[in-house]
Amino acid sequence: MMKKLIDYTKILRSKNAGPLFITFDLIFETEENMQYVLERLTKETVAKVYGVKPDKVDIIPYAVVNSIKITFPRKNVSGSLADVDIYGCQQHMPLANVEI
Amino acid sequence: MKIVALCGMLGYGYSEQALNVAFEEKVDFLGVDAGSTDPGPYYLGSGKSFTDRNAVKRDLSLALPKALEAKAPFIIGSAGGAGSREHVEWLKEIIKEISKEKGLHFKMGVVYSDVDKDYVVQKLSDGKVFDMSDQMPLTEDAVLNSTKIVSQIGVAPIIQLLKTDVDVILCGRACDTAIYAAPCIYKGYDPGLAFHMAKIMECGAMCSEPVAAADVMQAYISEDCFRLRPANPARRCTVDRVAAHTLYEQSNPYMIYEPDGACDLSRSVFEQEDDRTVKVKSSVFIDAEKKTLKLEGVKISGYRTVCPATIYDPLTIENVDFITDTVSKFVKENTKDTLPENSYEIFFKTSGGKESSMGIIIDVVGKTQAIADTVCALARSRMLHCDYKGRKSTAGNLAFPFSPSDIHVGEVYEFSVFHLVEVDNLSETAKIEIVEI
Repeated sequence: MMKKLIDYTKILRSKNAGPLFITFDLIFETEENMQYVLERLTKETVAKVYGVKPDKVDIIPYAVVNSIKITFPRKNVSGSLADVDIYGCQQHMPLANVEI
Repeated sequence: MKIVALCGMLGYGYSEQALNVAFEEKVDFLGVDAGSTDPGPYYLGSGKSFTDRNAVKRDLSLALPKALEAKAPFIIGSAGGAGSREHVEWLKEIIKEISKEKGLHFKMGVVYSDVDKDYVVQKLSDGKVFDMSDQMPLTEDAVLNSTKIVSQIGVAPIIQLLKTDVDVILCGRACDTAIYAAPCIYKGYDPGLAFHMAKIMECGAMCSEPVAAADVMQAYISEDCFRLRPANPARRCTVDRVAAHTLYEQSNPYMIYEPDGACDLSRSVFEQEDDRTVKVKSSVFIDAEKKTLKLEGVKISGYRTVCPATIYDPLTIENVDFITDTVSKFVKENTKDTLPENSYEIFFKTSGGKESSMGIIIDVVGKTQAIADTVCALARSRMLHCDYKGRKSTAGNLAFPFSPSDIHVGEVYEFSVFHLVEVDNLSETAKIEIVEI
């Protein structure tokens, strides 16, 4: 059975990086898990689950703490009329459920 | 040199015992961040604080006498949450109130960082405004339609005030890092270390375990490194926590962008010095050729009325798209002769679904509060009784948790400006005053 992204992570969180961007921190217990996910998680997958363009998605490994950072512009700017998560801290589930 | 962060946000609280521990040693500077754009555009627009007055007063009442007694300049950034002139005045009043009650007298430097629309329009026409992202290109109209615009000041105006030997520095909107980096740079410490330390300190004890924004944090900066140790003996800093905090709320874990330049963390080294202390070195500052300040502005977008409700019937939930569509069309048709065109927007914000129950908020933003009230009331009553195929629960579709069911939220603001502006002088948006309290 395919595992979900969240099953590989110790911490998986989303948060505004200013009102225009949303950023996700994926922190792993081991470097192996981090590398395993890094090799399999593409910009296209992230773009697809969040409905954004792949070229807007940054995936940056941060090996100091076995982590991967993902950042892209918010679909709705924080506090715009259609926004439903002003702080952006509950936007991680589509990513958490990606099968790896 | 020892710098203390009171907590991650003025008004979020901290342990008094931890503050006392921090001041058992000599403290050179005390700081606290009081603002953020995280709570959204409302606070800058309305001039209200997103932190509670009583909580802010409590946090300051304990800290202010400590700082004065220790002769440690106390730097407060982004007054009142959004840091406009109104917010600075709000916090100034609280400080005056405390000082009167406790018989405190001191010299306070105040930095206002509001900017005029004319200033931004001129920068725009000079080609000195840069978009941070393409969702929000800045136009002259967007500037002119803004209710309020502030600049995030960097270390420059704070350093200017530190030179005048003030006891307290109260800033309007300021970079979180400026609070803690300014005194270090003023005292001649390496800006790479100063900004990296400041980036971690601005969240209080968030970099410790157990994690808490609501507690006192301590930093010790020296020539080639800085050390972090929480004041509260129940907390400890670990390499993992401190390094992971570098990720927090940043778009890039290797770079912290500041008005003066960027802090490169790609070669930073984190070491566990003792059980509760982490040592950090080799963070490097890169001076920017173009100096930039971030501008934040908001515009008023209307007035909001909301109606929260729950749907428990799975068949109703299954038909929710049909229902909301029917309601939207009905409201449009019903108000076509009574409300001006495009005078409202309606959103149905849902959560949950068939597997449990569905929360739904009818969210209406109208050109006036009366329009929003009218549209929300119509949408609510129509939605309550909206028929759909196979419906069995014909008494009503919505469970309202409150009476009255509709809530008047008031004015709604949206961000209109979130841009970088190139400056000739990093203090050009700052208006500085010195007051005797």
